[in-house]
Amino acid sequence: MRLLTILDPLTRPLLLFLVSAVDTVLKPIQRRVGIDRMGYFFVLPNLLIFGIFVLFPMLLNVYYAMTGGTKLFPADRPFVGLDNFATLFECENFSQPNSCREDLFWRGIFNTIQYVVFQVFAIVLFSLLTALALNRRIIARGFFRSVFFYPVLLSPVVVALIWKWVLQHEGVLNAIVELLGGESKRWLLDPNWAMFWVVFVSVWALMGFYTLILLAGLQSIPPELYEASSIDGANMLQDFRFVTMPLLMPTMFVVLVLALIRAVQMFDQIYVLTGGGPGTRTQLMVQYIYTTGFSNQIQLFGLSAAASMVLGLSLLILTLLQLRLGNQSSLAG
Amino acid sequence: MQSERLSITQFLSLRSGGKGLNVADSLTYLYLTVGTILMFGPVLWLVASSFKTQAGLVKYPPPLLPYQQVQVEVAGYDEPLPLFSVTGEDGSLRELAQVRRVGIEAQMVDPDNPAADAIKVNIRQREPIEEVKLAWENYLDPLVELENFDFFTYLKNSLLVTTIATAITLVINSMAAFALSKYRFKGRDAIFVLFISTLMIPITVILVPVFLVITSIGWKNNLWGVIIPGAATPTGIFLLRQYMLTIPDELLDAARIDGASEWHIYWRIILPLARPALAVLAIFSVMWRWNDFLWPLIVLSQNDYFTLQVGLNAFQGELQIQWHYVLAMTVVTLLPITLVFAFLQRFITTGIATTGMK
Repeated sequence: MRLLTILDPLTRPLLLFLVSAVDTVLKPIQRRVGIDRMGYFFVLPNLLIFGIFVLFPMLLNVYYAMTGGTKLFPADRPFVGLDNFATLFECENFSQPNSCREDLFWRGIFNTIQYVVFQVFAIVLFSLLTALALNRRIIARGFFRSVFFYPVLLSPVVVALIWKWVLQHEGVLNAIVELLGGESKRWLLDPNWAMFWVVFVSVWALMGFYTLILLAGLQSIPPELYEASSIDGANMLQDFRFVTMPLLMPTMFVVLVLALIRAVQMFDQIYVLTGGGPGTRTQLMVQYIYTTGFSNQIQLFGLSAAASMVLGLSLLILTLLQLRLGNQSSLAG
Repeated sequence: MQSERLSITQFLSLRSGGKGLNVADSLTYLYLTVGTILMFGPVLWLVASSFKTQAGLVKYPPPLLPYQQVQVEVAGYDEPLPLFSVTGEDGSLRELAQVRRVGIEAQMVDPDNPAADAIKVNIRQREPIEEVKLAWENYLDPLVELENFDFFTYLKNSLLVTTIATAITLVINSMAAFALSKYRFKGRDAIFVLFISTLMIPITVILVPVFLVITSIGWKNNLWGVIIPGAATPTGIFLLRQYMLTIPDELLDAARIDGASEWHIYWRIILPLARPALAVLAIFSVMWRWNDFLWPLIVLSQNDYFTLQVGLNAFQGELQIQWHYVLAMTVVTLLPITLVFAFLQRFITTGIATTGMK
């Protein structure tokens, strides 16, 4: 804020000039179209950017998914119909990624499902525990809340590097493990441990966000209800079971859906932490989309777009599910 | 909330059933303490490690603090020499500086008596003498002499992207939110639904076509290609619209009677009144843009245009990871966000708690 006051004498005249210039241009327009149609003007810049960089690409993506070749411009790309989808879904046995033509895509799907199940479960559980702890009468509540929230602000690259350093073979975790009498491991190169750490690191990085939402939900529960239940002689567990849980359900639901949608889109942290390895053990769907379209030598934009449509479809289903269940739970509640 | 906060003295005199802390309280504090170590420990470890020398980093088990071998100036030698403690045949200890090492033998000299003959010592008989010293060179070297990590360029690019994108986002989102909350025009609700329905559609779903648009405009390897596509955020519109709905229409009508133009109303009435919501969006936008990774990774393929995140990723992905530099630069990258958090903590936490968005 101090910086702003220093810059103010410099930027203010410029800003005022710009603002009054816009005003001079707009006044005659306003006189002609009337007040309410000025709404079009105000919504225009946002609508333009939205149209060019979101809406148009969404439609174009469908066309891309139906073309082949490695050229970027649509006019240079041969139309192949549903071939890309056929390629993605060409499998002898859908439970065996190895038997599929695009085995990396299926591995991505399997890994994503596994990651989503464990990550969402863990993040909801630990966010809830933390929110419950922070909602109690404790000292230094602000400090604890900040500590749990802080990693949320860190970039995925930074988060991945922090943990890559902790988990490396000559790292501090192995030193602690050996100190406790365990055996040191190459955590991120061990197929059994890599997925665990990928889940762990993302829970570490994101749980503070959900904790905050749950904490807000807990604090909106009227204290009179707890007073009433204590008059009825309820103990802490009964409080939780019969007062907290039912009233927290809508918030829990929001958290669950947000966590789910985010987990399905996971990419950057894992990309820096393990690169999808060891082998393809932690390669998720978005990484497949990225490598197929952008980082491989041969850029298969059509296949990448088709895979992104599969991802988009799963997100759509999750969102619709949320709306449906959300309506039901609000009716029930 | 204010009233629920306890002072230390109140806390220490807190009794439950007259017998000190009860089980639930103890469990709570245990959980929070373990959590604090887990959440903050790795970050502190990163910072501590970033001050170790390259030699210090390969030590295992890793020492907690950054140690460096003591170097001494010895008369007759141009460079300072590393100091060792040497165990003699008879078990006596001496502090000697090493001139050079030949195989398993080291030629050493007594710093107090440099004129004397060099002493030959088996390397197994000497231990380096160390002191706690911060390796600031990890931070300073990358600023000037690393050829594949151009810190200032990346920092400049990150700052440009973050500030310009945030400014644009604030202006166009607030204009759109104003239109959608205060005007009645044909198609208004359709436009709003259109915006909001993309709330759950991430850019990952439309990477290829957005990349085409950027390439056609000529924004590949151009910061505008990173800035513009994400500027029309549905989150921002939603947040600002909900807030502007609470501003009474009578205020606008009164201004109109006084002859204010619509643009004037937007600039002079709506924006100042919507300041709390704008502040929340500004903080979000700074976070999104500073930490953004996947889209810049696709748009920016030349070193000169890298943002800090992309540059850091390329740097850590090299065949021989220079951890001492990577760690220091990671600390530099997380520093601005940490400062923002330290100063605007309350804003951020209440902002997220009330909007449920990030």
